[in-house]
Amino acid sequence: MKVCVTAQGDNLQALVDPRFGRAKYFLAVDVDSLDFEVIENVNAQGTGGVGIQSGRLMADKGVECVLTGNIGPNASDTLKAAGIKFCLGATGTVLEAVEKYKKGEMTLSEGSNVDSKSGA
Amino acid sequence: MIVSVASGKGGTGKTLVATNLAMSLDFPCQLLDCDVEEPNAHLFLKPQIKKEEKVFKLVPKADVSKCQLCGKCQEVCVYNAIAVVGKKHLVFPQLCHGCGACSYFCPHGAIVEEKQEIGVVTTGESLHVDVISGRMKIGEAMAPPVIRRVKEHIRPDMVAIIDAPPGTSCPVIESIKGSDFVILVTEPTPFGLNDFVLSVEVLRKLNIPFGAIINRSDLGNQETEDFCQKNGIEILMKIPFQKEIAEVYSRGDFIVEALPSFRQAFKELWEKIQPKVAV
Repeated sequence: MKVCVTAQGDNLQALVDPRFGRAKYFLAVDVDSLDFEVIENVNAQGTGGVGIQSGRLMADKGVECVLTGNIGPNASDTLKAAGIKFCLGATGTVLEAVEKYKKGEMTLSEGSNVDSKSGA
Repeated sequence: MIVSVASGKGGTGKTLVATNLAMSLDFPCQLLDCDVEEPNAHLFLKPQIKKEEKVFKLVPKADVSKCQLCGKCQEVCVYNAIAVVGKKHLVFPQLCHGCGACSYFCPHGAIVEEKQEIGVVTTGESLHVDVISGRMKIGEAMAPPVIRRVKEHIRPDMVAIIDAPPGTSCPVIESIKGSDFVILVTEPTPFGLNDFVLSVEVLRKLNIPFGAIINRSDLGNQETEDFCQKNGIEILMKIPFQKEIAEVYSRGDFIVEALPSFRQAFKELWEKIQPKVAV
């Protein structure tokens, strides 16, 4: 099972980036082996539609679930259309978020929790 | 002949200058309010509205019977208004600029473009002034298509005065391009000067002749005038900070009518502009 965590750095000890669209990095983590792939978010400085781009990136990478802090309406629509689940309100390090997810302590969200442009 | 009234900073007096200039002319002219996010020239000219036309932009929609989910449309959309994910084709209309690239490049002819109303253009008359105003629909973000529709009303046989939006971004460029002359209105404050310098850079790039009007000229400091002198920018007019001007303006009246000295000043302004316009 592969989850993707938004991160401020490129390793499991990095803090979770609370923004989805404009996250600095995405860490695609295998929840069992903790092997991970670092995906630098080249769209983080884009002018608009960044949540949609990040959502498309998740679909391209075959991510099943996203762990992040906040998500806007466009990103939420994109992930839902792609059939990707997401958990919001993640804090602490990437590893802590993954552990919490494994223990079933993170609940799946139904939709966005912030407005467009919140992470700009 | 097209004369635009613009300014980098908002609230410097563009509408004051544009409406009073139009009223001071003794021949028929057009006034085009291109500040479509917040049009206000009509509050002064109070035109009798003759026509109101809706402005639309074309927003794509995928015909599911033809769409192969190939993602070409998403790839060519620089505004990220399309996402092809899973088995779905999503369109985000608020991000769409209506450029049509998706429809043009779709290899399966699957993009249908639907009209979405983004604003209105009203035309009317006020004495010798034809007043054309654009107004964006609340919640819409694309000003240039509305501005283009306003400018379609420009008559080459008449003098057209454009009241431009503030700033130096796309709506401003759309409004002032094609002008024969631009009047830059500023004020002698640090903010006013900062944004004036940006406007000057834009006009030099667009290669449009321009001059400056300093409003509330007896406030602030000397730096704006010094900048003009150093850069060879003519100061066409100075408008002092006067309670009478504010009173007349806030009643929705014209200073060229209420305060006779201004009628003369605006006539002189027009005479100064004339020789600078290469016709």
